[in-house]
Amino acid sequence: MTYVGKSVKRVEDPRFIQGQGKYVANLQLPGMAYAAILRSPHARARIKSIDAEAAKNLEGVIAVYTGRDLVEGIKFSGPCGAIPCGFTPPDTKVPTHHPLAVDVVNHVGDGVAVVVAESAYIANDAVDLIVVDYEPLPAVVNAKAAAQEGAPQLYDEISNNTSFHWTLGDKDATDKAFSEADHVIELDLINQRLIPNAMEPRAVAAQWNGFSEEMTVWTSSQNPHIIRLLLSGFTLGIPENKLRVISPDVGGGFGSKIFHYPEEVIVPWVARAINRPVKWVASRSESYITDAHGRDHVTHCKLAVKNDGTFTGLNVETYANMGAYLSTFAPLIPTALYITLFSGLYKIPAIWGETWGTVTNTVPVDAYRGAGRPEASYLLERLVDLAARELDIDVLEIRRKNLIPKDEFPYQTPVAMVYDSGNYAALIDKVEDLAGYQDMRKEQAAARQDGRLVGVGMSGCIEASAPGPSPVVTSLGSAIGLYESGIVRVHPTGNVSVFTGSHSHGQGHETTFAQVVADELGLPMEAVQIVHGDTDRIPFGTGTYGSRSAAIGGSALVRSAEKIREKVTKLAAHQLEAAVEDMVYDQENGTVYVKGSPDKSKSFAELAFATYYAADMPEGMDPGLEATTFYDPSNFTFPNSAHIAQVEIDRETGAVTIQRYVAVDDVGKVINPMIVNGQIVGGIVQGVGQTLWEHGLYDENGQLLSGSMMNYALPRADNFPNMVTGRVETPSPHNPLGVKGAGEMGTIAATVTIANAVMDALAPLGVRHLDMPLTAEKIWQAIQSSQNGGSN
Amino acid sequence: MRVPVSITVNGVQHQQEVEPRMLLVHFLREGLGLTGTNIGCDTSQCGACTVHLDGVSVKSCTTLAVQADGSEVTTIEGLAQNGDLHAMQQAFWDNHGLQCGFCTPGMIMSAVKLVEGNPNPTDEQIRHGLEGNFCRCTGYENIVKSVKAAAGAGD
Repeated sequence: MTYVGKSVKRVEDPRFIQGQGKYVANLQLPGMAYAAILRSPHARARIKSIDAEAAKNLEGVIAVYTGRDLVEGIKFSGPCGAIPCGFTPPDTKVPTHHPLAVDVVNHVGDGVAVVVAESAYIANDAVDLIVVDYEPLPAVVNAKAAAQEGAPQLYDEISNNTSFHWTLGDKDATDKAFSEADHVIELDLINQRLIPNAMEPRAVAAQWNGFSEEMTVWTSSQNPHIIRLLLSGFTLGIPENKLRVISPDVGGGFGSKIFHYPEEVIVPWVARAINRPVKWVASRSESYITDAHGRDHVTHCKLAVKNDGTFTGLNVETYANMGAYLSTFAPLIPTALYITLFSGLYKIPAIWGETWGTVTNTVPVDAYRGAGRPEASYLLERLVDLAARELDIDVLEIRRKNLIPKDEFPYQTPVAMVYDSGNYAALIDKVEDLAGYQDMRKEQAAARQDGRLVGVGMSGCIEASAPGPSPVVTSLGSAIGLYESGIVRVHPTGNVSVFTGSHSHGQGHETTFAQVVADELGLPMEAVQIVHGDTDRIPFGTGTYGSRSAAIGGSALVRSAEKIREKVTKLAAHQLEAAVEDMVYDQENGTVYVKGSPDKSKSFAELAFATYYAADMPEGMDPGLEATTFYDPSNFTFPNSAHIAQVEIDRETGAVTIQRYVAVDDVGKVINPMIVNGQIVGGIVQGVGQTLWEHGLYDENGQLLSGSMMNYALPRADNFPNMVTGRVETPSPHNPLGVKGAGEMGTIAATVTIANAVMDALAPLGVRHLDMPLTAEKIWQAIQSSQNGGSN
Repeated sequence: MRVPVSITVNGVQHQQEVEPRMLLVHFLREGLGLTGTNIGCDTSQCGACTVHLDGVSVKSCTTLAVQADGSEVTTIEGLAQNGDLHAMQQAFWDNHGLQCGFCTPGMIMSAVKLVEGNPNPTDEQIRHGLEGNFCRCTGYENIVKSVKAAAGAGD
């Protein structure tokens, strides 16, 4: 059987299409109580007093606790530690983040008190009865304004609100490139704040066993082991061997469920305090003011270009908004996942990048689909388009001129990364062909004759996926290595349980990992069951994010399967009285035989049983058939893409219609084309959301103006045409599967592709750049302004 | 204060006393343990909680349990008959119309009514018909394919 490369239907689907998903919110335990959290309405304020008497007296309320209770501990539930940051470059200053605020609240949504009651309705009623006397303090929300003189200082220990300053590249060489450049293309841009909006709001439940002192925590998380580690080592203080964290079915993450959240501390702490199971489920309104946000950069960038269109230098300065606290991986995003990608698909001899990470009175910002890489691609591909326009070179041609040639891999960029493999010219050829680019341009010219605003945009983007190896990521600041675990356990009757440290929250690992293991062992897929998301069942894993699951988690399974093959091959050699070197493991049929004698084969099931029967084995061989691997990748992988879109703008309203979207991606080897295509298309739609509609918008007082689905505009079904997708496949040499990572490429590429298309549509009006989101209103204003003789 | 309601859900009549403010979705999830109907928002935007109320698709987060008194409700759990998937469920499976699965029950319930009202919908009609249901994973394209396939299967 061969499954890898085939569009196998997903084995997880039957439960979801019949309403049997096991989400945390569905969990019901005997004696369960319900928690609700009182949240700050102020961006920054001192808590002068909290009066919870009325709440405590409401019938059905079990208890009310404040931040001070958690920090100091009470009789049955000891003190909680502060929530740590898991990625800190040298000299990073980390503000103290208590699970519930003590003395000062630092963003709208910061937790102040928790109520636990007999029902969720009562708990929410009681929250409204708590009276808090706040003394409002001056707030700052803008990443750059926070670092300026005179800005309110949020924390004594963080001067100028600047948590870290990170640089990469060769400043002198870059300065020289600019002093010698024929053209300097400059751009000030804002990469706006986004709110992830996984469809399942976060939820946490916890059950304490007071006799064995064991805690079980259910949380909608992308990486249960990291949550257990942080709960045990920092926040809750329960030993890891008495702490079980379960992430059952998780309804989407997009990064937002990687991080250690306050509720993961509060809920088990309360469960221990009252000795009853407790559940908390976020309302969507709560998600908006507590889930980590994404992006939020203020950037000045410039590209040095020769007259013939050759790029000679890139210089970027970015203020990255970290929000009120440093979320688990926050400093990683605008540093090692951002500046390191500034070379894009191109040979740019000199690059210099600087990031200031600033704290503000807003929700913490962390990884959101793409995480640093869409921000890098956005600025680079906007600059490239502006260069093409200024030099009057076609947007495909200027890119072709600067591409890294396919025979120069592995390619060392000036910003630390060594690209693994690629054929970037083939990407652009293919997307040009699939899109019918030349015809698109003709169509556009005709439309312009008629006064219509039609635009064609393209992008060529790079991504760094599957970060590793561990010595590299830890030297950059990660508090943990980024390997992955995988156990292949063969049962006596020959079927297989696979335990992976990766976590699926929509990616379909139960299917793709089964395809991989079934092929490795030569078994039908039905014989392979994937288990994930439970720290008591799987070895320490580092979870799913950064498009790492197939490359690292999948590779761990390949290695474990190899160990299984090796053992049963040895066993078969012993039983068939042949030399091991003469044995053949038939991966088509799952049999082992002596070379030339396939008729006298041993089946996988026979051999599996023999390892448990354990009576006729070679000397020194242990009984049982199980293999464990902790796989550490040799390097990142580098997916890449070329996308083209055609849009039309309604002159009267400014509304953008996407007429065509064509995507060509190289995500390395593909395990399941149906699933990869789903990731690419879903990613594109999410990326377009940033370009056209989505904006986590704060007013100057730190109030979130887009705090619900009514005013945060998510992409809808009727905003899109059907898309055309194509593929170029250059296997990554950095893992045994040759895969690169498919989860984020669509998002990274789509955001700037549509931005370039819209700017192209507006080019005849003299509009050079507009910041996202490119809402109808903003475009309409630009049209009006250009018609009145103004320019942008 | 509690008031009695009698609501038939997936063919089974249930009599309970509920608070007048209780939402239908909470009645289904907590009162009856039918957790297939998910809650994705609190402003009636996302459609994850869509069920059929007397043959019409409604967002059960915007319907009070008392409003359903005397009514018939079908949830995602009631769609398959005698172990056979509904054509819409099968089409979502066949066409990779779901990823994380959280929007899926509501999406399927909406799509069933869409096709009942328009047995041969165009892509555009499907997209328009599902604009009240958010999906953050799929980009909608395979959902459109699924609905079209289910409509075709019903011919």
